[in-house]
Amino acid sequence: MDYNTQRALGKIGLYALVALISLFCLFPFYFAIVTSLKSGTELFSTTLWPAAPSLKNYISLFTVAEQPFGRHIFNSLAVSTLVVVVSLFLGVTAAYALGRIQFKGKGLLLLTVLGVSMFPQVAVLSGMFELMQAIGFYNHWWGLALPYMIFTLPFTIWVLTTFVRGLPKELEEAAIMDGCSPWGIITKVFLPVMWPALVTTGLLAFIAAWNEFMFALTFVLDNTQRTVPVSISLISGADKYEIPWGKIMAASVLVTLPLIVLVLAFQRKIVGGLTAGAVKG
Amino acid sequence: MSTPTTDIAAIGIPHAPAARAPRSQLTRERTRAAWLFLAPSLVVLLMVAGWPLGRSIFFSFTDASLETIGESTYNMVGLANYFGPYGVFNFAAVNGFWSTDWGMAIKNTFSFALVSVVLETFLGVVFALVLNAEFKGRSFVRAAVLVPWAIPTIVSAKMWAWIMHDQFGVMNALLRSAGIIDQNIAWTADPAFALWSVVLVDVWKTTPFMALLTLAALQMLPRDCYEAAHVDGIHPVKVFFKVTLPLIWPALMVAVIFRLLDALRVFDIIYVMTSNSVDTISMSGFVRREIVDNNYVGFGSAASTVLFLIIAACTLIYLKASRVDLGGEK
Repeated sequence: MDYNTQRALGKIGLYALVALISLFCLFPFYFAIVTSLKSGTELFSTTLWPAAPSLKNYISLFTVAEQPFGRHIFNSLAVSTLVVVVSLFLGVTAAYALGRIQFKGKGLLLLTVLGVSMFPQVAVLSGMFELMQAIGFYNHWWGLALPYMIFTLPFTIWVLTTFVRGLPKELEEAAIMDGCSPWGIITKVFLPVMWPALVTTGLLAFIAAWNEFMFALTFVLDNTQRTVPVSISLISGADKYEIPWGKIMAASVLVTLPLIVLVLAFQRKIVGGLTAGAVKG
Repeated sequence: MSTPTTDIAAIGIPHAPAARAPRSQLTRERTRAAWLFLAPSLVVLLMVAGWPLGRSIFFSFTDASLETIGESTYNMVGLANYFGPYGVFNFAAVNGFWSTDWGMAIKNTFSFALVSVVLETFLGVVFALVLNAEFKGRSFVRAAVLVPWAIPTIVSAKMWAWIMHDQFGVMNALLRSAGIIDQNIAWTADPAFALWSVVLVDVWKTTPFMALLTLAALQMLPRDCYEAAHVDGIHPVKVFFKVTLPLIWPALMVAVIFRLLDALRVFDIIYVMTSNSVDTISMSGFVRREIVDNNYVGFGSAASTVLFLIIAACTLIYLKASRVDLGGEK
């Protein structure tokens, strides 16, 4: 085999691998879209293309009163936004303190933050149940914001601290010389340059809250208060032996498409954020 | 009290750690500001992690139920939830500890975590090497790889449950037409396949994460040693094992342990795909079942405490292994 054939074979192998990887990553979601457009008996044929595409499944999501999917989307959007706003606010102030100021006990604090981010959420389940009931957060969509802090806050603090630490020291020195207060330094010096990191961590925290399942399943019982993942897991048909796969896939596509668009739009930043959160951390 | 000084050089914030510089007024002010800024976060962390964890551990020594924890009418039962005849460490069980539901949950969780992380790492490195090569449409494939990661876990579980459906699933149809199987297989219900079906879905969902972290490590490698290897005509496979792998190893290991800790907490994917059946139940699934479905808050909390200790031990190993830079004095 001469050099050129070898090269050509290598190229073919590479493209075959690329095709395989793309198929592996995209096929399940493609098939979910196809299923969501099928209706009637066509659902049970395994064709890879809908013969008579219809939006029936999507429409039925919003017309069945017992499963108010629109309401669930609102709940998810609202609680995720709430969690992101609170985490970012707390994260920025903590990151400035941890990334810029030297003080005793800082190492231990960072260790605690990292430890909490590794926390098995189920380890707080009974204690959190008691707390949620005691303070009246139980069974409300907004109440979920409290347990969600357990995974969004440590992550936000950690990634933002890494970012703040990497900023040039001159930024702050001038402000200190001018007699700027620490709060002023955060709002006037750091916030303007922190936007990229805020967008990334905010987005990752949003996705984490949007996808959360266990707390949402456990701390919310009322059907109007549920979030999207629990809603999808509970979609049921007219009788309990008939699982409406078309409808489940329609709901899945609906809650995933915006996420995919966001992730693709912020691709580079997200990869950077994940790297900061895992490899450096 | 140290003498207040206005000498900027002595402040010690910009270049020298504060501890070694004389404590000026500004340093003290900044330390106070640091604690003030940290206070809200610390309060929240204490409220959502410290306090509930402490209460959960406390409940593990009681016979509490969901009704009695609100009214504080439970009784202390000592170590009965751990070592009693129905405790989590029921070594006197008829068919042995590993046949109890909790024993099964431990086995399932570790099998799940180890197998899926090994597969994810292997596939992740393969994906990363491919994405690092040059070919047409690279940015498209790089975006495609992100798709499984962006899909919510519940959605991937449902999607794959449908693909793996025993009667109408496309997986059985494809395997049958290819002649690999001649009977439909109940992938998520048959105890012989259920756990491995869940592993497959987890691998699908998290390989992108491993691939992207590995790719980030690959792109930081120096180019010159590859050029040298190329000039010397060394076979690419040998270059990978002798040059690439040793260089990305530290980053890869950190990613692996990070994923492993995540996999040990697995709950939603198993809960949704196999309805939390005993054949596939995870430790987290077991804890939730005992606390919420069976209303044994005390017993469930004992299990959750054991789970917490296992993961805490793994975290400590992780922190040691990755030598995290906590002081920020690189």
